[in-house]
Order: sequence, then structure tokens, then C-alpha cells
Amino acid sequence: MLIDQPPPKVFHRFIYMALSNEDEMTDVPPATPPLVALNDIHKTFGAVSALRGVSIDVQPGETFALLGDNAAGKSTLMKVLTGVYQPDQGSIELDGKTTEFPTPSASRDQGVEMVYQDFALADNLDVRSNIFLGREPQKNVLGPLLRIIDRKKMELETKRVLERLDIPINPRLKVKRLSGGQRQAVAIGRALAFDARLIIMDEPTANLSVAKVDKLIEVTQRLKDLGIAVIIITHRLDEAFAVADRFAVMRQGQVVGRFRVGDVSEAQVAHLISHGTLDDYIDDGAGIPEKRRKIGSTSSMEVVDVMATPATTNGSHS
Amino acid sequence: MSLTMERVKTKLGPADLKEGMTATKVKRFIGDYGIIILFVVILVFLAAVAPNFLTLNNIVNVVRQSSIIGLIALGMTFIMITAGIDLSVGSIVGLAGMTFALLAPASGGAFWLPLVAGLAVGLLVGFLSAALVVWGAILPFLATLATMAIARTAVLVMTDGQVVSGLSGPAEWLGSGFIGPVPVPVIIFLIAAIICEFVLSRTKFGSHVYAVGGNEESAKKVGISTGRVLFTVYLIGGVTAALGGLVLTARLDGAAPVAGTGYELQVIAAVVIGGTSLFGGVGTIRGTVIGVLLLGVVMNGMNLMGVSSYFQQGVQGIILVLAVLLNRWKSD
Repeated sequence: MLIDQPPPKVFHRFIYMALSNEDEMTDVPPATPPLVALNDIHKTFGAVSALRGVSIDVQPGETFALLGDNAAGKSTLMKVLTGVYQPDQGSIELDGKTTEFPTPSASRDQGVEMVYQDFALADNLDVRSNIFLGREPQKNVLGPLLRIIDRKKMELETKRVLERLDIPINPRLKVKRLSGGQRQAVAIGRALAFDARLIIMDEPTANLSVAKVDKLIEVTQRLKDLGIAVIIITHRLDEAFAVADRFAVMRQGQVVGRFRVGDVSEAQVAHLISHGTLDDYIDDGAGIPEKRRKIGSTSSMEVVDVMATPATTNGSHS
Repeated sequence: MSLTMERVKTKLGPADLKEGMTATKVKRFIGDYGIIILFVVILVFLAAVAPNFLTLNNIVNVVRQSSIIGLIALGMTFIMITAGIDLSVGSIVGLAGMTFALLAPASGGAFWLPLVAGLAVGLLVGFLSAALVVWGAILPFLATLATMAIARTAVLVMTDGQVVSGLSGPAEWLGSGFIGPVPVPVIIFLIAAIICEFVLSRTKFGSHVYAVGGNEESAKKVGISTGRVLFTVYLIGGVTAALGGLVLTARLDGAAPVAGTGYELQVIAAVVIGGTSLFGGVGTIRGTVIGVLLLGVVMNGMNLMGVSSYFQQGVQGIILVLAVLLNRWKSD
């Protein structure tokens, strides 16, 4: 069944399924619980409501993009997931079980790793030291009282991790000598070295001299092959459409739409980012782009109407 | 014609690549060993022009004199690698040395007590500097300028500006004694240098010191407690400066309230000459030891050659400029 009438705005909250098949109208529940689910997350900073009831879920091995303009709440949401911020309300589930990330290290201990926009590298240190920065393996010398860094182990692990990414870099090379792409590989390698199950990449092409989207597709595909889920925070639609399986659009601290790539056009998403709704969207005939990588058997488009509950405050946290 | 020549030159051939690689290797070699080469050249020059320079007595004397600045420079290396600076070290030398001098005659058999008290004073001033830098978020230059003044005031008030002299036997041994042919201050300096080198190059803490100096924000993001690292380096700086003060007091068999004045600049010069960057993230204890010895040798050589003291500081300045230029060239 095709819903061809635009839904009225008076609905407090509704779902608009733009699908042609009755069977495909309902999201088929996955056989396994999502790797990570953020449920009804709220976060306030003083008078600023940065997050207002945000829910997203990510499946194992899935690449999920979080889209939105500046101050939409993307980074704040990810800081909740990485233990930097504690939510005022809402819950986090990992493998279907409710959990808490009181600190960044608690989040990392459970396999959630962050690749920062600036890659968070120390240029003065070599590749292996950066991969293990803050979590250097140690070995005992003269008993447990005297422990030194196990550089041999660091080097071997660094080689192994970069081989998994198929980006060979000399582990002893200073990071300041690396290109933008290599630096990103080191940052991703840091996450892989500690058995990450979910890697969050903040604006992954922002610090590359040339937008190396192709390389990013390669890397995310490799992570997928390794069974690692990826969340990409971005405001670049081409990037999201190129690498993601699904994505959510955020605006003013709320999720205003969730889609599978291929079910919606870049123009529609751009409209949703700027207006928060597709009600007044006029099709420019650009059409829906071909799926770069089709995943699963179900495709769906879900637009969440948040206009009925207008933002009281525009969050400054993005 | 010249245009054509330029165009031809911009095309890189195998010979150009080979030349480029050789140039990189030469640059890396000079960058890594330039200061050692300079040190050796100065040694050879002084051996040739100053007849007494290469005698055992003179060498022992140079190393012994350098060990006091050297001890202070060890802690300063940690601080400067984190992109910090400690201007209070000279005042700590004075305060710790004076504490030692006041307590030593009365300590009887408890030789260790005035030593511990002196080190504790250094630790206290280091703590104050660290607290201002980490908790107060005051720039290290300003924070330690303040602690420099506070520590110097403390020593002046403590003694009413008077010199204290006459230490007990064991205290004197600390400054003038020998173990075999090696002076005790040199042994203390070497042991301290080995410990600092080990901590900085082999331990997790050492790695974090470099990380904080290289990119404090990144260090924070990966979960390093940058405040704890910064706090610790200022404590280390306080202790090594105090150790320098104790050795100086023992060597002079007394303490003056103005002792250590201006040491901070000599120490910073030695550390920079040794390859530590004022911008942080770069430096080694080995380099600092060479920097300290180089300055000590130059001063000694100039004394032996009868160079006027008016010129000595100028020469020191020229060496500092050369070292800074070398470090910058290396990092480009």
C-alpha cells in the first residue's frame, strides 16, 4: 500500500511509511538484539536542551550515519554513548542489556571506540605509541613493582592492526610524517587494537586534504567485514550516502527521520535537515540515488514529526 | 634561456631523488647528532688550545661543577617536555639548601633528616607550582615566577638574610667526598640521570609526559589524566632542584640566602641546548646531560684560556642560539 496523502501536521508524533508493499511497511524486528540502542535520551546544559528524547539503534556490523546541521545534537549524543556525558534521562542498551557508561574508559572497555575529527593523535610520537596511547601494554622488570612499556608487543600489534585495515605504515614512523589518510588509519587502528565492536567516526573526511570518500568506503567496508559496527557523524550527505547502510537525521536535539540508503534522495534529506519535516518538500525530479550497497531485505523510510513539539531552546551543543 | 633552464630543473629524475634522499639522511644525522658533534669539536679545540684542559683533575672538576646544574636540569627536562617551564628552581636551590644547612649541625647522627627536610621543601614548592598550573590554570611562566618569589622570600625571612656555614662531616661528604676516583655529586647526578632516563623513555608515565607536551587535548581524549601528569612533573622538578640545592650547600659547606639566583636561566639554556623544545613534546635526558656538560666545558675552557668573564655569558648565548636553530632545522 502506498500512502500518498501527506500526513497532517497536527499529529503529535507519527510515522510516515513511504513504501509500496504492505509487508515492507513494518520494520522486521532483527533476529538478534541491536548491538547498541540509545532509548529516549535527554540531555540538558543549563537552559539549553541539547538532546530531547533521542532514540537510535545500531546493528552488529552495520554502518550507521548520524546526519544533521551544526548544533543538531549529533556530537552530544555520541558523547553520551562514549561516557563523556551522562544522560539526564533515557537508557543505553548493549546487546539488549541495559548498561551505563559512567566514564569514557567504561565505554571503551565495552568495545565502544571513538575516532575524533582531529584524530586525537600526538604528532611527536610514533605510530605504535599513538595506537596504544593511554593504554600502553606493560611488562614486569624485577617483579611487579617495576613495569616498563612493552614496545615489542606494541609494534607487533600495530602491524597486525594496520594489516587488518590493509594500510601498511611503519610503526616507528612519527605521526607528523603521515598523510591525512594515514593519520586516519592510525586513529581507526587505535580503536581496532582494543577489539572495538562499535567505532564512532566524527566527521571522518573533515581533516583529509582531499575528501577521500572512496578510501572511507573501503575502510568502512573492511570494518564491516570484520563484523564491526560504525557510526559516522557527518553533515556531508555524499559521505553518508556512500558509506552508510542506514542513517538518522537530527535537528534541534531530536531525530526527525530514519532511513535506509536508497529509499530517499539527498535533496529530501537536505530538506529534512533544514526544515525538520518533508511535508513541504517539493520534488525537484532528482530522484532517489541508486543504492551503493544494498543491505538486508527490508527497506524503510521513517519520518518522525517533531514539528508539533517545537524546540524551546536551540542547543548550542552539536 | 633562464626560463628553459628552470623548467628543465623542475623535472625530477632518479639522480634528483637520490640527492633528495641523501640530503634527508644528512639532515637527520646532523639533527640527531649535531649537538654531540659540536660537543666533540669544542672538546678537541679546548684540548688543543688549553694545556690543562685534558687533565684528570680538570675533567673531574668540570663534571662535579656541572652536576649541580645537571640535577636541576633533569627535572626541568620533564617540565619542558610537557611544554611547561619552572622559573622557581633557583629559589628552590636556595630554600632547600638553607633548610639543610640550618638542620644539619643539629641533626646529630640522623644524617638523613636534614636531607629529607630539604627534599620535602623542594617538593612543597613544586606542589605549589603544580597547584597553580593545574588547578589554578595559570600559565607555567607566571605560576612559577610567583613561586620563585615566594620561595626566595621564605629563605630570606628564615635567615634574616644571613649566611649559614659549618655543616657536619657527613654533610660535607655529600659535596666533597669521593667514591673511588669519582666525586659524590657526580655519582648522585649519574644515578638521578639514569633513573630519569628510565622513567622518561621506558615507562607509561614517561610516554604520557611526551603525549601531554605533544598534544594535551589528544592526550585528554584518549583518557590520559593530563592534570596528574603535569602535577607530577612539577613535583619532580621541585625534588631535583632541591637535590641540586643540597649538593651545592654540602659542596660550599654552607648556604647563602641568595644561593641559586639565576640558576633557572642556566638550567633552561642547558636543557634547550640538549634538544628539548620550549614548545613541548620533544627532549631527552641524554640530550640534557650533553647540554649541561657542553655548557660546563665551555665555561671551564674559557676560564682556562683566560677569557674575560664579560664575554663568557655572550658565548653561552651564542651556543644557545645555535642549539635552537639546530632544533628548529631538525623539526622542519
